[in-house]
Amino acid sequence: MSALRLAVNQDNCSGCRVCQLVCAMEQFSENNPKKGRLGIHGRFPEPGKYEISYCDQCGVCADVCPVEAIEEHDDGYYWVNEELCTGCMLCVEECPRDVMFTHPDRETPFKCVDCGVCVTYCPRNAIYDADDPQRTKYKEFEEVQ
Amino acid sequence: MLYGYAGRILRVNLGDGSKEVTDTPEEMAREFIGSRGFGSKILWDELDADVKPFDRDNIIVMAAGPLSGVLLPSSGKISFHTKSPATGGYADSNMGGHICAELKQAGYDAVVIEGRAAEPSYLYLEDDEVEVRPAGDLWGMGCFEGEEYLKEELGEDAQIALIGPAGENKVKYACIGHDFGRQAGRCGVGAVMGDKNLKAVAVRGSRTIPLKDPEAVYEKGKAMYQEVFDNPGFLEWTPEGTAGVTDWINEIGSFPTKNFWTGYFEDYDKINGRAILEQILVTHKGCFSCPIPCGKYSTGTVGDEDFVVEGPEYETIAMMGGNLMLDSIEKVAYVNKVADDLGLDTISGGNVIAFAIECFEKGLLDEEMVGRTLEWGNVDDVAYVLDLIARREGIGDLLAEGVRYASRQIGGGSQQFAIETKGLEWSGYESRWAPSQMLAYATADVGAHHNRAWGITYDIAVGRDALEGKAEKIVELQHLRPLFDALGICRFPWVEIDFDLQHYEEIFKIVTGMDFSWEDLLRASERIWNLNRAFNMKHIPGFGREDDSVPERFFEEDVPTGPAEGHRLPRADFEKLLDRYYELRGWDVNGRPTPETLAELGLDFVIEELDLQ
Ligand code: SF4
Repeated sequence: MSALRLAVNQDNCSGCRVCQLVCAMEQFSENNPKKGRLGIHGRFPEPGKYEISYCDQCGVCADVCPVEAIEEHDDGYYWVNEELCTGCMLCVEECPRDVMFTHPDRETPFKCVDCGVCVTYCPRNAIYDADDPQRTKYKEFEEVQ
Repeated sequence: MLYGYAGRILRVNLGDGSKEVTDTPEEMAREFIGSRGFGSKILWDELDADVKPFDRDNIIVMAAGPLSGVLLPSSGKISFHTKSPATGGYADSNMGGHICAELKQAGYDAVVIEGRAAEPSYLYLEDDEVEVRPAGDLWGMGCFEGEEYLKEELGEDAQIALIGPAGENKVKYACIGHDFGRQAGRCGVGAVMGDKNLKAVAVRGSRTIPLKDPEAVYEKGKAMYQEVFDNPGFLEWTPEGTAGVTDWINEIGSFPTKNFWTGYFEDYDKINGRAILEQILVTHKGCFSCPIPCGKYSTGTVGDEDFVVEGPEYETIAMMGGNLMLDSIEKVAYVNKVADDLGLDTISGGNVIAFAIECFEKGLLDEEMVGRTLEWGNVDDVAYVLDLIARREGIGDLLAEGVRYASRQIGGGSQQFAIETKGLEWSGYESRWAPSQMLAYATADVGAHHNRAWGITYDIAVGRDALEGKAEKIVELQHLRPLFDALGICRFPWVEIDFDLQHYEEIFKIVTGMDFSWEDLLRASERIWNLNRAFNMKHIPGFGREDDSVPERFFEEDVPTGPAEGHRLPRADFEKLLDRYYELRGWDVNGRPTPETLAELGLDFVIEELDLQ
């Protein structure tokens, strides 16, 4: 089981992409939300909502990888071993949540490794830690909204 | 190499489809920072005085700043610059959403759009791919339908800025819409797109924005977010957003009501931020990287029409709520939606329609001219006139020119209540008992707009009748607020939740590697301010003190009702403020920068071109 279980409250999401920005900075040291490891999709003009797609570490990617390049870490998340990955992108096609990401700069796909920065910096509590929903510093949030 | 900047400027000629990519000049970055500053400089350099706003030779500059798209709170403001259809002088208008960060990621600090397309077109940018494409069915569509159509064609992640029918028909206050509810609303920037046969700009970018010190920016950016979260304003201000200020503005008697006849609206609590939250809110909608989303996506039903809209925000509440006397938030949201979809600025739009209703009331317009009667507080009347304006049908053709032109044509004393400065309609603060704010409206570079200097809190803080220190305050604010526009970020974290300005100085250094102090940045902002003044001198014949005027209504009529009842700013006091303001700026009594002032700011090229020696 993964140490961090991500959960979302889609209704809270404002589409700001802070999650993608901090994710790409944390993992790639790059200011580039296109290298974020979760997806934010605006559904406009109707119904007027955002949808968040995130990895729940289901492991389908590891199952389908023909060269066993996706490994399960002791902390319960799956990660892409770039040394083994051939860039066939089968996992990208098969991912049930569309959260195996690609970028023109990179030959291999990348995925969420449960670092949790999105949880810490999501301004809306839209993405949170299922085991610790009150983790953020602004607990009054729900009441105020 | 420049850091923070994307490093390239794209130039596209719509006439022959040619394009050119050049490096962002380092000197321009140092002198004019970015976004607003780049727009100002490029307009100055490239527009001859005899180019008219709707000439093929007018240009549109779409520009981001060095902090745009960077990991820090609210870093996604793009600005559009052109020769103003509203004033004939300098124009810019900015908006949030996601297109600014996208443009930087496509690798551009600015796009300069020249010429006129032979047929309705849209511009597609994806990293190095640049294409002028036929607009086809897109032409004629409203902003919502058009954006949906393009997203279907290009993909959900393409960011789109587009005009509606009002822009196509060159309404002088046509806006540019984006992200189903954000607008670069002012000055008629959308009309210039229409004149160029340019329906939309669609952008997609994948690149990393280069930072001088990415690790330091990451740490600093995170600390900035954390500080926003810890600030009490975060939870207090965000839920209602800009609409939250409605009660206070009304309480101090500055809420434009009935075409700025008065400053107090009885039904204010039916159209305020609370009303949005309790009656119409669907979701809080944010711009790129913003932790305090002021966008309120809403829904409602008026007549038999169900609708969704982003808003209303404060300006729309003021200009289409109080100023038109609409007495429910649903009605305000509805006309907000009608205007947004047609691609009309709700500020000028609300102002123009209020002017039309007052004309009707006074017998200067009649049923035959308008096609129906007009009265205050009637949502159908408002929607009807908006539609006429956007299509330039009937009386709409005259009203599409704005209140300055319309009042000159209509006559009958209507100029007294044509609420404009320099030809641009006033926005949402009645200022007869707020001398700083009055001065701010009189002297804003683009015409009557509040966002260059919001002095009203200062009027309240130091005493509303006082004049001392007010010109000083406005000069200070006119450098400070537009500096955010030059950096390409939103000022709300500072303005609305009291975020420490020190943060921006620090992050600017580690993003760009330029060792500028905050004072240096303010100095650049002053340079931009003076350059825009010079632009107006170059482009508007006889430009000077007369152009820094306010509507006669404000000198002739006391505020008749509400908390500001009995007040108005004496003309002599206004002139005194203006004198002081010019003195502080180093301008002559006619409001023209002296050669010494220009030289001190490094604007020698202006002295030369205007032949000031
Ligand atoms: S940071 Fe939170 S609110 Fe912003 S896009 Fe991500 S999930 Fe949505």
